[in-house]
Amino acid sequence: MLEVEGLGAGYGRIPILNGIDFSIARGEIVGVLGHNGMGKTTLLRTLMGEIRATGGVIRFEDEDITRLAMHRRARLGIGYVPQGRDIYPQLSVMDNLRMGEIVRRGQSAVPELLEYFPVLEALMERPGRALSGGEQQILALARCLAGRPRLLLLDEPTEGIQPSIVDQIQAKLAELTRALDLTVLLVEQNLRFIAALAERVLIMQKGTIVASIAPEQLSDQAIVDEYLGI
Amino acid sequence: MVHGILAMQHPSERPKWWWWVFVAGLAAFFITMPFHLEIFVILEMSRFFGMAMLALSMGFLWGFSGILSFGQTAFFGLGGYGFTVLALNTGETTGSVFFAVALGAAGAGILGYFMIYGRISEIYLSVITLVFTLILEKGIRATSGDQYVIGKVRLNGQNGIPTVPQLDVPWNTSVQLDINWFFWVGAVVMILVYIGLRLLLTTPFGRVLVGIRENERRTELLGYDTRRYKLGAFMLAGGVAGLGGAFYAISIPLAHPEMFSLGRAADVIMWVLVGGKGTLIGPIAGVFAIEHFKGWLGTQGVGQVTLVLGAVLILFVLVFQRGLVPSIGSLPGLWQDRAAIGRRLGEAAAQARRPVRRRGQARRGSGA
Repeated sequence: MLEVEGLGAGYGRIPILNGIDFSIARGEIVGVLGHNGMGKTTLLRTLMGEIRATGGVIRFEDEDITRLAMHRRARLGIGYVPQGRDIYPQLSVMDNLRMGEIVRRGQSAVPELLEYFPVLEALMERPGRALSGGEQQILALARCLAGRPRLLLLDEPTEGIQPSIVDQIQAKLAELTRALDLTVLLVEQNLRFIAALAERVLIMQKGTIVASIAPEQLSDQAIVDEYLGI
Repeated sequence: MVHGILAMQHPSERPKWWWWVFVAGLAAFFITMPFHLEIFVILEMSRFFGMAMLALSMGFLWGFSGILSFGQTAFFGLGGYGFTVLALNTGETTGSVFFAVALGAAGAGILGYFMIYGRISEIYLSVITLVFTLILEKGIRATSGDQYVIGKVRLNGQNGIPTVPQLDVPWNTSVQLDINWFFWVGAVVMILVYIGLRLLLTTPFGRVLVGIRENERRTELLGYDTRRYKLGAFMLAGGVAGLGGAFYAISIPLAHPEMFSLGRAADVIMWVLVGGKGTLIGPIAGVFAIEHFKGWLGTQGVGQVTLVLGAVLILFVLVFQRGLVPSIGSLPGLWQDRAAIGRRLGEAAAQARRPVRRRGQARRGSGA
């Protein structure tokens, strides 16, 4: 579904990513782990087109999208929920959701989304800024899904969210990927969360992917220390 | 209700019945004016309608798509001159008004294309639009010679074109509208522009514009080609400014380089800021309040009208940061918000007791 070969990117003249190679098959949930500053967010932003790739190839469903504009990638079916949620603070929850519906023509996705996220129903009229962090995260996810993406890029969905909500998000993601036939690339620092969801975990160090491990190995302290130790 | 009209919390919602009542009331207010006001007041107020359209064009652009065009006066002036030159050449005014709209939109289309597709940052966009209007002003001021003629109309440089034709009746062009009729047409056109822009905000196009205002990057991530939407909004605002320019030129009646000037460009900002950015009724109210106040100051023998006006405006912007109209509009809202504020406080307190990372820590754009 997604193939990345020799991908490089950076900010201005500072290279962040170099020689990234990996691929994701349809229906897979793949996690990305790594320390701060290793290039995890940059990877997602480059995949989405927010940062121009300086080398390499990105293919989505066998189409070369390396040079494609951001909004075109979104229309092809790549959904991105960035770090910090990025909802529209002044717009109501309803309008936030409507904004996500671009790819859909005709029937609104909102009723279906409310079945998956009943918590949003009571909040529909409220402006985005009046939501709690967890609610904002759920809204950001729901809004992204309103566009019916086939590939979902998630950047630290659990950041700054209380543990009980993290569990809910985890369960919801597991349910949704099956129900909506989603493929997911998940960047996360929360080991427990990533171990519960991902089928495969890529380890990033200094802008490149150094290993691919099974989620069970995350409970192995030796491995965690090797790749993620301080 | 007051809240909905004056503060426009949810621009994408269809206006309710009471909004239409408000609009009807507004129309009735203007339409009855010629019956009980002196003719010089009517003449004076006729000028305001063109200005109000100019203010609406900026209020829409700035308030709802976040583009601060300092040079809406460029398209205002183009509309004024376009109308005058065409109407004097053809002797027909209705088509010339449409031409003024088209000219404003086309000017905005050309300028906007380079700025928006060139991904120029917001501050440069403001500067470039301002420079554009000043270049037009200089250009027009330099056309005093006999050689500057379009068709049979001399542009007249500094002095402007004083022979702007009055509007005539579209189906009988030999009959010109009198002062009252021009007032009514101006009022109705202004209100129609207001209704049109308001309803546009409820369409998907309008929603995307507000999305761009809130967060352009995010909107692009959701699959919208934001540049196309911004250019569309810019052209629409250019057309509305052009329409205002035509009405203004007819009302004075004079097509003058002053229409492009720095002073006029600053006026527009003031109308929108004082009236209330982020609303559509605010810019209209701003025009009527400020222009009326200017006129009144002039009769009070204070001498330094501009100075007093400036001081009042500064004070005003400091006290009513969101503008006159939204400040009035949010008074009833404060009462409703109490519950929401209480809820937030309770939540925050609950959160503070738990040993978790605070949610304000979102490291947006840290780039890791």
